[in-house]
Amino acid sequence: MNSRRQESLARVALGSAACLTVAVMLAITGQVLASGLSHVSPAFLLEAPRSMGREGGILPTIISTAYLTTVALAVASPLSIGAAVYLAEYARRGRLVQGIRFATESLAGVPSIIFGLFGFSVFVLKLGMGWSVLSGGLTLALMILPTMVRATEEALQSVPARYREGSLALGASRWQTVTRVVLPSALPGIATGVILSVGRAVGETAAVLLTAGSALGVPQSLGDPARSMAVHLYILASEGISMDRAYATGSVLVILVVLVNAATNYLGRRRVPGRRKHAWSRPSSSA
Amino acid sequence: MNRQPLGTMGRPVVSRPAERVAELLLLLSAIASAAGIIFITAFVAGSGIPFLARTGIWAFITGSTWRPDHGVFGIFPMIAGSAAVTACALALGTPLGLATAVYLAEFAPRRLAAPVRQSVQLLAGIPSVVYGFYGLTVLVPLVSRVSSGPGFSVLAGGMVLAVMVLPTLVSLGEDAIASVPPEYREGSLALGATRWQTMMGVLVPTAKPGLVAAVVLAMGRAVGETMAVIMVTGNVARLPSSLLSPVYTLTGNIALEMGYAAGDHQQALFATGMVLFAFIMGLNFLARASSRGRKKR
Repeated sequence: MNSRRQESLARVALGSAACLTVAVMLAITGQVLASGLSHVSPAFLLEAPRSMGREGGILPTIISTAYLTTVALAVASPLSIGAAVYLAEYARRGRLVQGIRFATESLAGVPSIIFGLFGFSVFVLKLGMGWSVLSGGLTLALMILPTMVRATEEALQSVPARYREGSLALGASRWQTVTRVVLPSALPGIATGVILSVGRAVGETAAVLLTAGSALGVPQSLGDPARSMAVHLYILASEGISMDRAYATGSVLVILVVLVNAATNYLGRRRVPGRRKHAWSRPSSSA
Repeated sequence: MNRQPLGTMGRPVVSRPAERVAELLLLLSAIASAAGIIFITAFVAGSGIPFLARTGIWAFITGSTWRPDHGVFGIFPMIAGSAAVTACALALGTPLGLATAVYLAEFAPRRLAAPVRQSVQLLAGIPSVVYGFYGLTVLVPLVSRVSSGPGFSVLAGGMVLAVMVLPTLVSLGEDAIASVPPEYREGSLALGATRWQTMMGVLVPTAKPGLVAAVVLAMGRAVGETMAVIMVTGNVARLPSSLLSPVYTLTGNIALEMGYAAGDHQQALFATGMVLFAFIMGLNFLARASSRGRKKR
């Protein structure tokens, strides 16, 4: 086979592989949306479920998901932004920094079921929080921490050094420089990390099922159990309660994922020009 | 762009106590973030080791019977189940994922690359329960029709996981190829090699450690995946005999039984978690070692 024919064959083969990847994405989202969107109505989003979810809507699960995500963000954001600022702006290279970076990166590789196991036995059992919004939110906070640290650190690193030098040269202290110059310029990147984390928290199932439980009501306090949309979908589908409602819940989740993607892309374009040609939002080991 | 932290650029003139406090608080949050993995490791080891010490790790890992009601705990069927599903996923996913990565890195016109990357990013964001749901409603009936069996099988699990590991393979694979120094590519092309010859003769061999790391991380994801797998594999704790056999995985074992387990049963599930955790952390180390080997050269 001459090299030119080989070349064009290779192009066709690789191109088809890429097309197949796109086709797989379209097949999955298309199937879920095609079977589910017709059941998504304002009533579906705003009503409580009846007879275990066979009838009615999913409002309590939307509220529960929002609560869980809010708790996770409230705990993880200050910690991870603080950690990233320390790593990017204060730390000198050394053992401590290497250790911290290694630890957060390792956390990103932990499978969600292990987070679930940890949360279940520590928050639910040992600390006596029970299946609750608090247990679930704290577990999710641990899970999204690495994503947020990494996104924030990358955002801070892409702020040009001359911004800092200019600020310091004007006599600003380091804290002033960080809070008034560096962080505001890094805001789109930090927001990207927050949005990706929301996506992960909303979609997480295994860890939430083990830590927040699956009670189908609106949680009245942090100590109440909650069933997120993802857990609701799992229960509807695996127990065969209602495929229509399951498809509809799945559609809502897929739409949220699409929105998260659109938001991160929009923010990605607004970022300070960084070093990378294209920033992959790196898949962490979510499950 | 230099990656030097600001700290090496010189001390600021003002150093009020408030500055110190701020720095201390930031350091504390960094340490707290790092503590997560330490807590989890300590917890997993602490809750798994007592059980393993009592029953013997070898008996636990190689035991082929899992009967919590009789106090018999052997997880070999789950290990085999996880391995079978993962092998199937990698066999299907690796060629597709790496071919897509190669296409994106070297061959794709800019206008085509963007939608492919978008699709991969979207795949990365879809929750695993949605994949599982798709598998349950589409793939399991498909396998069932083709094989005239129940459809809950290694194959169904492998197919779902193959899609789920695509984002890891494509993004890390593309990064690995794109990080080959441009001189290599230019040198090969200048010698008259075609793009494909350059890819196979120069870029892939040079990027090999990174590509290996991508596959190893994909393997870790497949082994650690829970929801999608339990929805399509049937969860029967028996050794799989074919691609169409139902299987139980390590993750499924924990997720499905943790909620009601007590006593020894619960201890055994913690031990399962420890085996899973050790295996996945091992894979992550391997991947890191492999991609670090690349950077040194």
